[in-house]
This record gives sequence, structure tokens and C-alpha cells, in this order.
Amino acid sequence: MNEQMLQVSNPILSIIDLSISYGEDKYAVKDVTADVKRNAITAIMGPSGCGKSTLLRAINRMHELYPNIHTKGGIKLNGDSIYEMSTTKLRRKIGMVFQRPNPFPTMSIYENVIAGYDLNGSKLKKSEKDEIVESSLTDVGLLDEVRDSLNKKGNFLSGGQQQRLCIARTLAFKPDVILMDEPTSALDPLSTAKIEDLLVELKEHYSIILVTHNMSQAARISDNAMFMYLGELVEYDKTKKMFTNPRDSRTEGYLTGKFG
Amino acid sequence: METKALIGEKDNSNWRELKNKLFFGTVVVLATLTISPILLIVYTLLSKGLKQINFDFFLKVAPDTLQAMTAVRNGEIIPGGIANGITGTLFMVLIASLMAIPVSIVIGIFLYENQGKKYANLIRSLTDILQGVPSVVLGLIAYIWIVQGVTKGFSALAGSVALAIMMLPLIIRSTEETMKMIPISIKEAGAALGVPYHKIILRVMIPSGFSGLMTGILLSISRVLGETAPLMLTTLGSTTVNFNITKPTSAVPLQIWEFYNNPNMIDLVWSSSLFLMAFVLTLNIIAKRISMRYS
Amino acid sequence: MASEKIIKNLLKASSVIILLIFAGMAYSMIKGAIPAFKEFGLFGFIFSTDWNPTEGNESYGALPFVAGTVITSLLALVICFPLAFSTSLFIAEYYRKTKIATMLSTLVDLLAGVPSIVYGLWGFYTIRPLIAELGYSGQGYGIFTSGLILAIMIIPYATSISNEIISMVPTELKEAAYSLGATRMEVIFNVILPNARSGLVAGYILALGRALGETMAVTMLIGNANIIPTGLFSPGNTMASVIANQFGEADGLKLSSLIAIGLLLFAVTAAVNAIGKVIIRKYA
Ligand SMILES: Nc1ncnc2c1ncn2[C@@H]1O[C@H](COP(=O)(O)OP(=O)(O)OP(=O)(O)O)[C@@H](O)[C@H]1O
Ligand SMILES: [Mg+2]
Repeated sequence: MNEQMLQVSNPILSIIDLSISYGEDKYAVKDVTADVKRNAITAIMGPSGCGKSTLLRAINRMHELYPNIHTKGGIKLNGDSIYEMSTTKLRRKIGMVFQRPNPFPTMSIYENVIAGYDLNGSKLKKSEKDEIVESSLTDVGLLDEVRDSLNKKGNFLSGGQQQRLCIARTLAFKPDVILMDEPTSALDPLSTAKIEDLLVELKEHYSIILVTHNMSQAARISDNAMFMYLGELVEYDKTKKMFTNPRDSRTEGYLTGKFG
Repeated sequence: METKALIGEKDNSNWRELKNKLFFGTVVVLATLTISPILLIVYTLLSKGLKQINFDFFLKVAPDTLQAMTAVRNGEIIPGGIANGITGTLFMVLIASLMAIPVSIVIGIFLYENQGKKYANLIRSLTDILQGVPSVVLGLIAYIWIVQGVTKGFSALAGSVALAIMMLPLIIRSTEETMKMIPISIKEAGAALGVPYHKIILRVMIPSGFSGLMTGILLSISRVLGETAPLMLTTLGSTTVNFNITKPTSAVPLQIWEFYNNPNMIDLVWSSSLFLMAFVLTLNIIAKRISMRYS
Repeated sequence: MASEKIIKNLLKASSVIILLIFAGMAYSMIKGAIPAFKEFGLFGFIFSTDWNPTEGNESYGALPFVAGTVITSLLALVICFPLAFSTSLFIAEYYRKTKIATMLSTLVDLLAGVPSIVYGLWGFYTIRPLIAELGYSGQGYGIFTSGLILAIMIIPYATSISNEIISMVPTELKEAAYSLGATRMEVIFNVILPNARSGLVAGYILALGRALGETMAVTMLIGNANIIPTGLFSPGNTMASVIANQFGEADGLKLSSLIAIGLLLFAVTAAVNAIGKVIIRKYA
């Protein structure tokens, strides 16, 4: 491993020589190697098209939904290769939150939170479901706001509330890792602030990887940060260190707003 | 907050993956099954119909039963062809087109120009319903209106009227859809120059939507070419070539029906069906080409 | 501008043609059907199972044909659904935007271009003998054979709408389900189906409308027995096929009865199509 990259002991995730291409020779992610710290927020930054989403989606193998995808290298979750697990099991351990809130419009708020279990055909008792829904909604601070409308469809919720509902849906599985692809870019500043606070609370129990274009967001809440450029991992360090004293000129250029 | 309080669930993932694969397999099998009829039909038509196709097939009228019987008994191909049907079909489709196309385009433009208005919505709904009326019912209508009311007997005109009513809704809706696709700016450019309204329609809208209109027209023709039931009720059929709109006339689908009902002519059934299919499909392909080329 | 007014009125006037056609159709068919309704009564006609053209003893009723039409069409829908839905999943989900999907949908479109009489011929010479082999119905004519051919005929109508509806289900929702560990099949049943439901229903209703009015292929395969079908392989007759069949020798009361059946068929298909269109406009 590159000596200059951040070293992490007992990592939750290890990305090893990962390269991903869409079709011929066009690598969206090139030879990325990195260990991800447990119970911390790791930010991924970089200009548009540099491969952040592709890297993130490779971690729960969502990138395999695209045709013609080629993956080289590996990823380990707690030391087990994720490519030797079934995706159904893997995705329960690694949850994902998307850029635009996407609660299921045909389901009630309650059903949305429990959707993972229902989709997976788990037969839970009503009391077990109630418990999961209540604790997940409490964790995202939504319970009081929706207590009286649990059985209504969630389309009356604000964008920020919907996004927290989506986070609750992910938390319902108690995953090891939560992947987030620009989760606040479609939200207003107030909702964004709420979600940022939530993430900081959540990291006590979960490991979070956060793709963001918002540099101040990364600076505010992340512990470690990766900077990607043209598919390569250029720099990976403690966030504070990267923002105050970037090692690579490209990182510096991006952080000072020269491109991106 | 507590972590990893996973409830004691059974691990069902292997079974789910298997179900997933089985379902995919079923989808592929059923999709293949869905397209197999078209392949089988084309194969049947080619293998049974090709041998009867020659110059006479297009140039001569259908043989009488005796000729056909003799040929079959001697193991020869049946003499004669479907010239009466081909001319009849072309003749009636031509008349139907003359009746249906101009009116339909005008109505289509009317609907386009009156989006969202109540009366136009009514007309649009009625047009949609007309499109769903079974062709045999339109045959009855044309029988009552033309056979009983005008020509006092089966006639090419009655057949054409039935076909024209079938074409109307198809062309109306495709005209409206085509007009909707033309950028408003083209129309406004004309209006800004002070071009009168009817000239904008004739010189700007119709030419810019020409390929869309053509596609709609060709598709509507290909839809009515194969119609049998309405013609059975209106033009009856004829053993000779006829271009008199007040007289019974043959058509390719009518001839197929006659051949089908005559055990001696069975070979001709396949060749005329092959011809009809080829005709319909060619029109379809041309229509699709036009719409792809210009869109 | 004066010219503009004139043209606008001309456009409006042309649209009256549609109204005239409708009014004319209704008028002519009701007028033609009245002798039959007078003789047998409206309900007497619809619910009678007689079909007796013997002069002096003439008696006509529509029930066998209504029953034949409804049964063959519903059977067609039942057979069509798994085929059309699988094809739509293949085209709009599993192989979305690939060459093989384009190929498949072109072939399905071709199905719509086959004339009804050619389906009838193919059914007569290919399907009917196979059904006869099964041994349930002497020569292979009947409800099942007709329903099967009808199913093939309406597949393109059912698929073209469901393709569109299925491809309109937002990718974000599917991805949300995948990210929760759902398999593709679970995504189809829990995300795609619920989101596409009303559109799919509308598509199959419109396909049903097609099946109700199909004439030639059914005429050639149903066995033309003027009875209420007694089973899946029983012969029967439909409203459309009895018109095509019996029209040649018809006049007087019989002609009026056939027109009355045509009127019923018109009313039923118009209603079915209207329901389908309303659902589509509302939800899709
Ligand atoms: N489905 C796809 N098929 C083909 N190429 C793709 C696909 N998705 C992404 N790419 C390409 O892969 C590269 C990386 O894309 P990716 O979405 O990972 O970038 P990103 O860093 O997330 O960008 P953004 O900040 O805009 O979200 C880009 O060049 C993009 O064009
Ligand atoms: Mg991205």
C-alpha cells in the first residue's frame, strides 16, 4: 500500500486494488486501495465524473446492476471478501442512501421503514416490526413528527423528512456500513444541517462513507477524507490534515476551488 | 441506540436466489414462446405458399373450381392468380384513402389547435372509441348505409366506406401527435412574419410534419389491407377485375376466404396469404423507416 | 383576421364529421335492430338461447354469442397475461435498451401486422390438429382453440402498453429496493408491479377490447355452434363470428337480429375501451 495514504488499524472495509470499467477500457475507478475506519465518517470528494459514485456503489455491489461492467481487485468487509457473499446478504450489512430521497410511493411510512424485511421475505411478528419501526424512526429523529401518520403514504413529507425516512429504512437492518451518495444535495440548508447532525450521532454505532460535493460539509462532519481524480485515489488522509495541508497539488487545486 | 440486535431470522437467501433464477428462466421461456408464433407463421407461409408465386399469380384472375381440380389431380400447380383481388384491394384502399386522409388530417389539426378544450376532448374521446369499434360492426354500418341505402347491392363503395371509417381515427390521432412534436417556435416564426393562418398550416405545419403524417397514413393503410370481415359484408367478392364502385369487387383477403372454403384451391390460400403478409409488412417497414429517418 | 376565422370554423366543421359518424352509427344500428327487439323484447333477445331460422318459427337470441364472446376473450386474456407480461419484463426490464430487446419488440410488433384471416388459417392448419390430438374435442374446434389464437393476436396490444409503463417506473425506486438486498424478482413484484399496476390494468383492458371484436380467426376456429359453451373444448360462437357467418343468407328478422348483436358488440367494446382509456389518462 502507498505509504502516504492513511493507515487504519482494524478497518471495517478494505478496498484492494479495485478497478472498475464500463465497457471497453474506460476505467471509472483505477487501482484504488484504501482501508476505511470503523465508527467514523469517511468522505469521498472529487470533481464530477471522477468515479466517486462508482466506487461507492462497488462497496455494496450495486454497480453490478449496469450491463458490461468489469470489476478487478477486491473489497473485504470485516476481513470477508464481499465478492464471495450473496448480494442479498451483503446489502443487509452495507446499506445505502441516495442523492434524491426515494421512499416507496406505494407504501405507507411504516411499510417503508420495514420494507427491507418485507422485500427479503422475512416473517416478523407484528411486535417485532413495531419495535424496529419505532427504534429506526427514533434514531433519525422522525418519530415525533410522523407518529400519527405512520399508516399514511409518505408523499406529504418534506424532502428532508423523506431523506430521514430513507435513512431509517436503512437503519432498520442495523447494517455495519452506510453508504451515502450526496444525501443532502437535493435538500435545503435547514434539512441538510439536521441530517449532518444525525450522521455525527450515527457514527457512534455505524461506519459511514459519504460522497459529497460540499467541501464545508466534508470539513464539518467527516473524520477522514478521500480525494479522487479521474478514477484514481489521489489522496486519503485525516480530514483536518487534508484541508489544512494537502499533500497533492491536485487536491489543493480542488479544495481551493481552482477546478471541479 | 443499540447495534446489531438482529432478530433470529432464518437465512433464506439461497432459496431466494434460486427463486430469482427460476423466475428469470420462466420469463425467458415465456418471451420466447410469445414470439414463436410469428416465426412459425412466416415459416408456414413461405414453405407452403412460395411455389404458387409466379407471374400469372399477379396477372391472372382466380381459376374456376374445375380448372383447379384438374390441376390438383394432375399434380400441377394451380393456374391463375389473384389479379382480381389485388386490383380490388388497391382500388378500394385508394377510394378509402381519398375519403379518409384529407378529412382526418384536418380533424387532427383541429384537435391539435384546441388542446384542452371541452369540445375537442369530446371529439378525441369519440375518435378513440371509434378506433376500438370491431371492424365487423363497421361492415354492418357500411352495409346499412351504402349497400342498402346507396348502391342497392354489394359494392366497392360500401367496402371503401368501411375501410375509410377504420382509417379515420388512426390518421387523426397520428396527425395530432405529429403536430404536437413540431416545435412551437416554427409556428411562431411564421406568425411573427404576419403569414396568414391557413398558410402557416399549409406551408409550415404540414410540411414540417410530413414524415409523421406519411407514417400514420401508411400504418393505417397497412391496418386495413388485411381486413376481411367488413368486406364480406359489403363488397362480397367478384371473379373478375372490377373498377366500378357500384359493383361487387374482390379483395385479397376475400379471395383467401374463398380459397379456404374450396378444398381444391388450398395451395392458393397459402400463396395469397403470403402475398398479403408481405404487402402489409412492407408497408409497415416503409412507415417505420420514414419515421426513423426524419425524427 | 377574416381568413383566420374562416379556417378555424372550417376546422371545427370538419370535426363534426366524427359526431355525424357516431350519431349515424347509433341511429342506423338502433333502427336496424328495432324489429328484433320488438319481436323478442330487449331482454328477451339478450337472454334467449334460441337461434332458429325456420320460417314461421323464427326465434333469435343473443345469449350464446354473448357467452361465447365473453368466455373466449377472458380465456385469451388469461393466456395472454403471462406471455405478454414476461415479454414486457424481458424488453423493458431484464434486457432494457439492448439490441436483443429491440429485436424482440420488433417481432412482437410484427404479430400486430398479421391479418386476422392469416391467424385463422394458421390456427386451422397448425393449432387445431394439435388440439384434436389432445382428444378433448373431435376436430379441434372450440373455445380453447379460439382463445389461444385470440391470446396471440392481442399480445402486441398488451405488451406495447406494459413496456411503456414498466420502463416508466423510476430507477431510483428499483435501486432503493436492490440496496435493501432484494433480488430482481422481488424488485419486480414489490416495486415494479405496484407502481405500474393501473397502467398494466388499462393495457389489458384495451387488449380485452380487441379480443371482444375479433372476427375472422375466431370464425374459423370456434366451431360455429349456436349454443352456450359447455366447457373449455366445447364449440360455440361469438357475437362477431355469428355476424360474419350468418350474414350472407340474412334478411328480415334474422338480419335485424344480427344488427342487434352488432349493436350489443359495439356497446360492449365501446364501454371496455372507454374504461381502459380513462384509467390510462388518470394514472399514466
Ligand atoms: N452507467 C454507466 N455507463 C457508462 N459509463 C458510466 C456509467 N456511470 C458512470 N459512467 C462513467 O464513469 C465515470 C465515473 O462516473 P461516476 O458516476 O462514478 O462519477 P461521480 O464522481 O459520481 O460524478 P458526479 O459527481 O457527477 O456524481 C464517468 O466518466 C461516467 O461518465
Ligand atoms: Mg455521482
